[in-house]
Amino acid sequence: MKVLVTVKRVIDPYVKVRVKSDGTGVETANVKMAMNPFCEIAIEQAVRMKEAGVVTEIVAVSIGAPQCQETLRTAMAMGADRGILVETGTADMQPLAVAKLVKAIIDKEQPKLVIMGKQAIDDDANQTGQMVSALLGWPQSAFTSGITVNGDTADVTREIDGGLEKLTIKLPAVITTDLRLNEPRYVTLPNIMKAKKKPLETLKPEALGVDVTPRLKTLKVEEPPKRSAGVKVADVKELVAKLKNEARVI
Amino acid sequence: MSILVIAEHDGKQLKPGTTNTVTAAAKIGGDITVLVAGQQCADAAQTAAKIAGIKKVLLADAPQYAGGVAENIAALVLTIASQYTHILAPATGFGKNFMPRVAAALDVQQISEISAVVSADTFVRPIYAGNALATVQSADKVKVITVRATGFDAAAEDGSAAVENLAAGPDTGLAKFNGQELSKSDRPELTAARIIVSGGRGMGSGENFKILEALADKLGAAVGASRAAVDSGFVPNDYQVGQTGKIVAPELYIAVGISGAIQHLAGMKDSKVIIAINKDPEAPIFAVADYWLEEDLFKAVPELTQELG
Repeated sequence: MKVLVTVKRVIDPYVKVRVKSDGTGVETANVKMAMNPFCEIAIEQAVRMKEAGVVTEIVAVSIGAPQCQETLRTAMAMGADRGILVETGTADMQPLAVAKLVKAIIDKEQPKLVIMGKQAIDDDANQTGQMVSALLGWPQSAFTSGITVNGDTADVTREIDGGLEKLTIKLPAVITTDLRLNEPRYVTLPNIMKAKKKPLETLKPEALGVDVTPRLKTLKVEEPPKRSAGVKVADVKELVAKLKNEARVI
Repeated sequence: MSILVIAEHDGKQLKPGTTNTVTAAAKIGGDITVLVAGQQCADAAQTAAKIAGIKKVLLADAPQYAGGVAENIAALVLTIASQYTHILAPATGFGKNFMPRVAAALDVQQISEISAVVSADTFVRPIYAGNALATVQSADKVKVITVRATGFDAAAEDGSAAVENLAAGPDTGLAKFNGQELSKSDRPELTAARIIVSGGRGMGSGENFKILEALADKLGAAVGASRAAVDSGFVPNDYQVGQTGKIVAPELYIAVGISGAIQHLAGMKDSKVIIAINKDPEAPIFAVADYWLEEDLFKAVPELTQELG
């Protein structure tokens, strides 16, 4: 079966983001970028399913600036077979527009399973997978930590607030990945070289007939209030005294 | 304006977050209706009716809502969505699961995890793990919003709204609910606890979490963990506090053996008082702590438990 996986290019999760002084956003110029960690888990899952013989082809899709090609090459170095980039003019791509573009590609590619990260660590929206699923009228398994495909259904385990949930969903379906689904592999140099030869198609949103006009206007972006510096205590006795007499929380 | 709040509940009680979401709705202003959907959840609807400031409770009780299956809950909300200007749900595992389906079906860009209401169409939401706060204005006709509970106080529960039955929506048949495996604990839930004791990679093993549990039990606290501790397999994922786990803001947060990665701080830095215990003097957690103790946790934690006795 064919699997479609989406990958997003984001600021490297280990980089400390800086809010722009004019309050229009965060600084992205000359900042290290990387594949969104949950998208790495999505690719890894598809590759493992291919290695297990469940999946025959993995199509990686990214949406955004031309530099997203690098993210797609990383996906292909991990094991995706080919890449599709929807090159957008605007940097402000919001989840609904992204979901519509992904749906348009799914309509063309007809995968049986779509694997997406549960959230991107830049806008922290946690929407796109569920939206794609709704636009298609497909079932979803959001925050997935386990998946077993059985013909035309899949048994999934989902992370919920109090523990785990088990569902059986009909295929085709969209699943979004949670942390414990797998541990993504490191890409190796030979695979990076091989990935350069894999096909990468570039499309424009207009070609897919999708209006990507943002619905939310960002009025300002600011730094959160800082916590004032704390006090170092010498030992447990002093800590307890502070908690009882100063903070009065116990 | 008329606002629909979708309640999260366990059939009997409301889950923490629902009453905070009603407070967010009250800040938007307008008539507030609370929807309780589930299987055998009349008790939860009665509890919801006590939330102060709401106009009425809608109860949809049908087998297809067991487990809060996203496809069916979204389909139900869509049967009444046209009556509302705003649709709100708590930004919990439950709300995050079905709300984007509602938004997409209505052709609306959802506003996720708002932490403040500026006006009926403008909201503040944290981005980049809370390292920036974005103020966003929605041009959509209906606002579909998930609410970060820690940004709003819980609404009082001294009201008495009427409960009306709502006809069940379609059973989409897309997903079959096979049950839940809930972590059993007598301790309070993380998102509702007044005190949280959290452990990180420094705990070394799941076994060592016992010393945190002893401290938590002494304080009536919940036990949490950093992503590093979850990734290391010490504790289950539902313990996770952080950008990709639970967002908490208790009165007292005790971080033990947690270095303080950005993604963990994102989940707890709004706590009222933060204590950090770590033997590494360079640990970034100290930058957000009100009180910090540079000491080996295996010595400090049992001593703290003892001292509190």
